[in-house]
Amino acid sequence: MSPGAETRLWLAQRASAVVLALCVVVHLVTMIAAVRGGLTAAEMLGRTRGSMMWATVYGLFVLAVSIHAPIGLRTVASEWLGWRGRTADAACVIVGVALLLLGARAILAVTL
Amino acid sequence: MSILAVSVWRGGADGRFQTFTVPRLDAQTVLDVVTHIQRRLDPTLAYRFACRVGMCGSCAMTVNGQPRWTCRTHVANVEENGKLTIAPLAHLPIVRDLVTDMRAFFDKWARARGQFQPTKTRRDDVARVAPSSAARRAVDAAIECIGCGVCYAACDVVAWNPDYLGPAALNRAWTLVKDVRDGAGCERLAAVAGDAGCHACHTHESCSERCPMHLAPTASIAGLKRATALAVLRGDL
Repeated sequence: MSPGAETRLWLAQRASAVVLALCVVVHLVTMIAAVRGGLTAAEMLGRTRGSMMWATVYGLFVLAVSIHAPIGLRTVASEWLGWRGRTADAACVIVGVALLLLGARAILAVTL
Repeated sequence: MSILAVSVWRGGADGRFQTFTVPRLDAQTVLDVVTHIQRRLDPTLAYRFACRVGMCGSCAMTVNGQPRWTCRTHVANVEENGKLTIAPLAHLPIVRDLVTDMRAFFDKWARARGQFQPTKTRRDDVARVAPSSAARRAVDAAIECIGCGVCYAACDVVAWNPDYLGPAALNRAWTLVKDVRDGAGCERLAAVAGDAGCHACHTHESCSERCPMHLAPTASIAGLKRATALAVLRGDL
């Protein structure tokens, strides 16, 4: 991979880490607050269904995970398995796309 | 007279430890111990040293699991119950006994574009660089590396990715990135930004922890990360 692409990946992972830090805080605070209202599916869906705000927050969360995790896995594959090059890069792209699709499906399921 | 039991690596990569008994002396350094073994017990022991006073960096070895300059390491500070284990530096091919082949280490300095690239000729005036300038202070903080290889042997990333340029080569590149007289600019940034370059550093800081010159290669590598990121954002890389 070119030096420019390698640096862009590094920037993307740092930027996505910043987004994740904020999203995790929102997620944890929401969980703590949500438990107080009774932990039922109806209560949770009542909060999320039709909510543009929750779709946006968790949309950002999923997007950040889909960027952050594959870049980290690429490093793990390189350093722990010695797996480098195009096949490793392709595998990490597949993981990223899978995370994005699974996350999007979950968000659509609770907000639509 | 008290004695030391010293296990010394013998042979190449498939070698083994051999134990010697060495008299324990006051103010004795690990290099004194190795020299005693070679001069009094086994003249076939291969090791490398030159200045004996912490200036040349050639006597670095692994002492009780940690890379160190043996000439500046007192036995009193590292011996454990009268025992010492001395091995060659890690992450480098062993030539024989305590001698490693440093070519890979220095080749990486060249790959990181560790050569100064002048922008003026001998007919130009001497460059005037204010010692108080931020760029020069950054150079001063990193320039005193003597290439001993201790940081390289201490680095986990080198162990995981043998192509990784390593702390010393990247530290050298950083001193040139901040040198206002140097003209390599983005070419050097490109040389240090590949998948075996500065972005592979995990900031474990083993290099900064072990550097006998008390430099902080981790900080230099962080500087390279910032410089390469800015170059990408400017469209230069």
